[in-house]
Amino acid sequence: MKFGIMVNEGPYTHQATDTAFLFAKAAIEKGHEVARIFFYHDGVNNSSSLTEPPQDDRHIVNRWTKLAEEHNVDLVVCVAAAMRRGITEGNLAKGFRISGLGQLVEMGIQSDRLVVFGD
Amino acid sequence: MSETTGGVEFDEESGGAIKKFMFVNRKAPYGTIYALEGLEVVLISAAFDQDVSMAFLDDGVYEIVKGQHTKAIGMKNFSPTYRALEGYDIEKLYVEKESLERRGLTVDNLIVPVEVLTSAEMGELMSQQEVLISF
Repeated sequence: MKFGIMVNEGPYTHQATDTAFLFAKAAIEKGHEVARIFFYHDGVNNSSSLTEPPQDDRHIVNRWTKLAEEHNVDLVVCVAAAMRRGITEGNLAKGFRISGLGQLVEMGIQSDRLVVFGD
Repeated sequence: MSETTGGVEFDEESGGAIKKFMFVNRKAPYGTIYALEGLEVVLISAAFDQDVSMAFLDDGVYEIVKGQHTKAIGMKNFSPTYRALEGYDIEKLYVEKESLERRGLTVDNLIVPVEVLTSAEMGELMSQQEVLISF
């Protein structure tokens, strides 16, 4: 099964981003393909390299970067949503890329299932 | 246009695969950004020659209600954009009957022509979709 994943909520304020990560990880471990994860609305904040959680907490941004590097997952951040929220190439974490909403529609076309995480 | 992500080859110009996309709008137009950013996705999807429809449920029906005045809250009134959807060949708009009635609204209160479906009919229509994105 080929999954596309959409993350619509910010890190740390909402469970959606953690659930999306755990879903992606579990799917890959089960042998499914997660070709792309698309970040929209406050979900774009998952890509900020300025994120510094306390030492004893999970590092959500680094976790995504590691997933991308180890499993070749395409992490796409919507450019318009990112610019509204101050995410630019200058503070984009490793493993992410900024692109347009067309990448989301394309993911819907190419995936067997598109799973949306958010309110 | 071949994607590095593999799988189905998709060519934006010649059409390629066509899927049934439904964008489900469930939230009031102002107060959160979901409705506005959701509408942006719908507009982009028009460029991909897909079978696109929109559903309005719950407070989402307020997105297409007539007579929106947003000056006092300092927000942009983006409701006229829904009227422009027809120009993008997005003409399949569905509203849930129960959501309208609970809010004391009728189709006469809406700025665009819609098809009104009962909750059960809406569920049936959703089950026929291939890609459902909810805002």
